[in-house]
Amino acid sequence: MKSTTSAFRSAASQALSDVRLQQAHEVVYNGFHRARLSAAADTEDWEAQRTLGKAIKDHTIANLDYYLDMLANNVEKNGGKVYFASDAADANTYVRGIAEKNDVQTVIKSKSMVSEEMGLNHVLEADGIEVVETDLGEYIVQLAGEAPYHIIAPAIHKTKAQVADLLAEESKTERRETAEELTQQAREMLRGVFQRADMSVTGANFAVAETGSIVLVTNEGNGRMATSMPRIHVAAMGMEKLVPSAADLSAMLRILIRSATGQRISAYVTMVNGPRAHDEEDGPEEFHLVIMNNGRDRLLRDDSLREALNCIRCGACMNSCPVYRKVGGHSYGWVYPGPIGSIVSPVLTGLKDGAKLPAASSLCGACHEACPVKINIPRMLLELRSQSAEGVPDPLQRASGFGERMTWKAWQKGMMSRSRFEAGSSIGKLVAAPLKKDGWLKKMPPPISGWTDSRDFPAPASKSFGKWFAERKRD
Amino acid sequence: MPNVGMSVVNILEAQGIDVHFPPDQTCCGQPAFNSGFRNDARPVASRFLDIFEATDGPIVCPSGSCAAMVRNFYPDLFRDHPEELARAKKLADRVYEVTEFIVDVLGVEDLKVRKDIDATYHRCCHLLRELDVDEQPTALLENVDGLELKPMERDEVCCGFGGAFSVKMSDVSTAMLDEKLDNVMATGASTLIAGDTGCIMHMQGGLRRRGSDVQVVHIAELLDSQFDLSRAEQR
Repeated sequence: MKSTTSAFRSAASQALSDVRLQQAHEVVYNGFHRARLSAAADTEDWEAQRTLGKAIKDHTIANLDYYLDMLANNVEKNGGKVYFASDAADANTYVRGIAEKNDVQTVIKSKSMVSEEMGLNHVLEADGIEVVETDLGEYIVQLAGEAPYHIIAPAIHKTKAQVADLLAEESKTERRETAEELTQQAREMLRGVFQRADMSVTGANFAVAETGSIVLVTNEGNGRMATSMPRIHVAAMGMEKLVPSAADLSAMLRILIRSATGQRISAYVTMVNGPRAHDEEDGPEEFHLVIMNNGRDRLLRDDSLREALNCIRCGACMNSCPVYRKVGGHSYGWVYPGPIGSIVSPVLTGLKDGAKLPAASSLCGACHEACPVKINIPRMLLELRSQSAEGVPDPLQRASGFGERMTWKAWQKGMMSRSRFEAGSSIGKLVAAPLKKDGWLKKMPPPISGWTDSRDFPAPASKSFGKWFAERKRD
Repeated sequence: MPNVGMSVVNILEAQGIDVHFPPDQTCCGQPAFNSGFRNDARPVASRFLDIFEATDGPIVCPSGSCAAMVRNFYPDLFRDHPEELARAKKLADRVYEVTEFIVDVLGVEDLKVRKDIDATYHRCCHLLRELDVDEQPTALLENVDGLELKPMERDEVCCGFGGAFSVKMSDVSTAMLDEKLDNVMATGASTLIAGDTGCIMHMQGGLRRRGSDVQVVHIAELLDSQFDLSRAEQR
């Protein structure tokens, strides 16, 4: 997927002025966020489970090469093929190759964010292959020609009326009204596609190294259909999305599902252990696992950012984030929106273009509090701000302007002595004096004008606390 | 906001504490650090270490984000500077946010003050989530005679301040502020209490622009028996 992270400001402004989008955003707090809170409150040892989840992921990422090797060996032992893709183009070439070799006409998809990174749908469509998303939300955004708005609720920004229009137009049947009718309509439309598909591409919520399994968590059953009906099943995963053992999987599923939707368990948890064995009645003839890097090694190499690889893609950070709730999912400009996206997207697609993403945070910490594996997202946002301001470790990724750098140099000089600090506030008082009214400023010159566009600014106090304290002691 | 500092002094002295104010202090370095300019923040933070290492006893700060800077973020700032890192960790053990100090160190939950007002409390982000200071201010407020605390929807959600964020991404910050102020005004309370000066400046600036007469006070001002609430607007 092409990155438009550099357009964050204009996309955000547009979303902010879209009343319908702002209403749609409320559901991430009132629905998902509150559901997660109550699921956590109903789980007796919730904090211990989060701690365990973090420990499992820390251990896995610290030994990533070992567990990836184990996973690959076990998938192959089960009769599957494993391909390590260095980037999106490499992964696309491999998947196209499978489709071409097998003369594939129709590909069904079950939710996969990695395939969004690859832009796989467009690649296969360019080869004349029919590609259909089968997760209802993904299907809706596919029909609308858009990218997912949220990693677990891709069409959360669409109203019922918009969905009705999209389905009516695609099916060339009469427009339906209620949610039940619309779901039924999508089901009818997808049924035929499931039947004629000769290949599926799914994601993987987890892969289990010791068993060579991949695991899909869904509520619609489309994941199970997609992994059992077509002749060929291709699963695509980021190279970080594995756990060592089945016991670890159990621990991770508990926190993933509660954090994502507030459910104790999703309607379906599908485990795939390779292609159909000779004594089995159904399942695919071929199973391929594509394990993609696509820049994740940059996170792995950087001590201060490695924790981002612990992410299990539950979406809780988005649901808790007051910035996401205002700017919406598309403003972030790449596959992963919200707080974790503000780390992953710039690192995977380029920090210089994506520098606005880590800047788009009040550092309120709601994401850190919500994360089921306790990823300290604010810490990493600060880290990326530092890398983009000062060019550490890669000066080519520096995004700060000369003026900004000089401003902070001047600030530093001011803060290095109390007399300069006091002189600074005296200048502030002088500048503010003609502008102030009842101790407040209505309008300030740039860059502070950003503040006074919507908020009054307090004029500096006539006497500093330091002076008050010193005079008081003398009395 | 000199009033906040004065109220902290009044409260601590009423508890029999001898308060000192190292006169050379300026800033902990947070603004530059949060903007990514660590090389500019570091000398300022280092100066903070020098000044406060020369003192004894607890270091009390009426701002969650400044306390969080020293306790939680100095380790990142001084990551590649082992000598200062060790000093920063040692100093961090002496740093307290003011309500945390009153409740956890002094063991006082009732400051014996009377304030006849209805108010609502905004749980500032850095206090709540960086320092885990939530029960302490709540306990202190519950023990104020005459204070009627009105519950606020989404009282844990950020007001949109975020330092330079409020200027650099003014429109996003303002949208967050609007949600907060709608929730504040829906309580019908005459007074908004918060524990971080940045958030107070932000919410107060927004309320004034709306023409609202809701007054905003720092929790230290509210807990200071010498602080006259009718003076709150004159910062």
